[in-house]
Amino acid sequence: MDLNRRTFFRVLGATGIAAATGQRLAAAPPGGSLTEFSGILYDSTLCAGCQNCEVTCAEANGLPAPTATMEAGVTRNTDEAHRTVVNTFTTSKGEAFCKKQCMHCNEPACTAACLTQAMYKTKEGPVIWRGEKCMGCRYCMVSCPFDIPKFEYHSANPKIEKCTMCYEKMIDGKKPACVENCPAGALVAGSRRELIKEARKRIAANPDQYVDYIYGEHEAGGTGSLYLSGVPFDEIGLKTSIQTKSYPELSKGFLYSVPTIFVLWPALLLGLKEATKNNNSNSEDHE
Amino acid sequence: MNSPGYALAKDNDGKPFWKFIAGELKPKGKFLTPFNIISVPVMIAGLIIIVIRFWKGLGEVTNLTQEVPWGLWIGFDVVTGVAFAGGAYVLTFMVYILNMKQYHSLVRVTVLNGFLAYVFYAGALLLDLGRPWNVINPIIGNSFGTSSVLFLVAWHFLLYMMAQLLEFSPAIAEWLGARRARKILSGMTVGAVIFGITLSTLHQSGLGALYLMAKDKIHPLWYSEFIPVMFFVSSIFAGLSMVIFEGSISHRVFFDQISEENHKKQKNIVRGLSKICAVAMFAYFTLQVLVFIHGKRWEYLDTSMGYWYLLEMIGFVLLPMTLFFTSYRKNNITLIRVAAIITMLGIIMNRLNVTVIGFRWDQAIRYVPTWMELVVTLTVIFTEIWIFRWVINRMPVLRDSPSWVKDEE
Ligand code: SF4
Ligand code: SF4
Repeated sequence: MDLNRRTFFRVLGATGIAAATGQRLAAAPPGGSLTEFSGILYDSTLCAGCQNCEVTCAEANGLPAPTATMEAGVTRNTDEAHRTVVNTFTTSKGEAFCKKQCMHCNEPACTAACLTQAMYKTKEGPVIWRGEKCMGCRYCMVSCPFDIPKFEYHSANPKIEKCTMCYEKMIDGKKPACVENCPAGALVAGSRRELIKEARKRIAANPDQYVDYIYGEHEAGGTGSLYLSGVPFDEIGLKTSIQTKSYPELSKGFLYSVPTIFVLWPALLLGLKEATKNNNSNSEDHE
Repeated sequence: MNSPGYALAKDNDGKPFWKFIAGELKPKGKFLTPFNIISVPVMIAGLIIIVIRFWKGLGEVTNLTQEVPWGLWIGFDVVTGVAFAGGAYVLTFMVYILNMKQYHSLVRVTVLNGFLAYVFYAGALLLDLGRPWNVINPIIGNSFGTSSVLFLVAWHFLLYMMAQLLEFSPAIAEWLGARRARKILSGMTVGAVIFGITLSTLHQSGLGALYLMAKDKIHPLWYSEFIPVMFFVSSIFAGLSMVIFEGSISHRVFFDQISEENHKKQKNIVRGLSKICAVAMFAYFTLQVLVFIHGKRWEYLDTSMGYWYLLEMIGFVLLPMTLFFTSYRKNNITLIRVAAIITMLGIIMNRLNVTVIGFRWDQAIRYVPTWMELVVTLTVIFTEIWIFRWVINRMPVLRDSPSWVKDEE
């Protein structure tokens, strides 16, 4: 009976899609791709590990100036006071750096999770957090495969902190603070499509220097933050277990079946009720 | 409310309405019972902790981390509590839809229990919200996150509470002596039941679906795309075990409330429930085995998490299932109750394995709740029991309806 129910779920999924139209499951840009998603390309081979991006990020977002310096073997994490961190790794090719921040997924798990649309995929690409909507349930944190949204646990008016790709500056036509202030030119901002092209060009021009892969092109259904590296990506602390399907895809089947169940269940129950109407006298149990 | 108001005054020994209510609000019975002696200090401590929590932030009283943002309050209070409250939809399904009338005497107490569980356990969600003043956002519709499973679950909680209140409302009307209101309200029961079962199907499974996106974070032995189905099927026997367990306690504590006839029926009822539990558990166990084999999970078995998984599956699913079967055969009520308790422990284990124990199991520093989280959880449970007891002692829940109800039917 239970497996049937599952297939039932699946079959209904198809009808459910029709019933659920108007329901934006993944935050694709409204009204089709009028604007292209923006992104940031980080080239680990160019990064000098100066941590300048950390400093300017904190300045731009009114966060305390970072004090910790990196250390090989210690992976620092972003937290409620640090939207981006740079770590150093001892790799097969010697020392390498890696910057960590929100990936700005094309179909973010966090926005699909958010029940108030506080976590929001803008049509320009950055994923932003809107405090006036957020109820602090932290479901975005549970869902984000990269563990990016951070919560202020020691505040009576807690915020969710995460990189916003400096969305406000972007609307003014400016570049994100970290990109603007990277002295080594390891960060490039632009449209995601163009960044991927650029990344390919770099790999093609220097095939010995790079791993032939762009991290973020397919991870989690594609992300706005893109990475180039000279060593395998797990050596610089990037999660390689990330699936290539988008994460909201995982709960889509369930959500699609909901409207259908809502229509079919009551009808079914009423039918059952009619069918068993004359069982009153029969006091033996029977399921 | 004019004419029912009049009826009220008349039906409650001519006392004016407010006097009647004031009288009912007073505690009844002895105060210094063991339960009170334990629960009152805990509840006071809990309230203090809740004040600190809202004053200084969640981190002050909980051990939650950036990696484990949901702990005991969600994993136990909400997810496990709601599974136990599943008895209400299963019983109303049996009685009102399948017309298994012999279970009718259980409906009210179970629905009451379910309703209070939702109010308190789902209410515990509010304690966990960092910005609770915005809780209204997903409800008033200025920012519907319709793609969110949590959005769905929250709405269903709300609607289901209303449906349950409707299902229970005839008892309130009988307590108040409001005849007209009772008639109207009981006319709506079947509608509320159908709506309620639909909602329950969706949010019992929805609680599991909440964790679908946390694919990389939950131990593979507990994660599968079938979590929603597992949660739904297990809520059937979780709820019924709770009914059996709760019934065995009520029948002792509220002995004087229950009519001779219902006491006699009790045995058959419990037996019937145990059979249903056994069947549902069999389905659940089969499903678990299928998922295990399908997911090729053998490699995980010979690890500490694997042993823990085996203990859950064999000790807390297979064993109580067998107990339910045999004790049904042998008509052994005590054994059925033992099976119900083991089943409930198994449900707690299972829900916590998905939400807390198996969540980020690979972390060096694991989340373990603080004593304060535990105290708040106990406070939630005790408050629920207090209200439950208050209602049972006043409204016709376990005891038979007042005689005028029969006359009218
Ligand atoms: S990395 Fe996480 S927080 Fe950033 S967009 Fe993706 S899901 Fe959201
Ligand atoms: S914590 Fe805020 S942003 Fe995150 S899912 Fe909840 S409401 Fe949305």
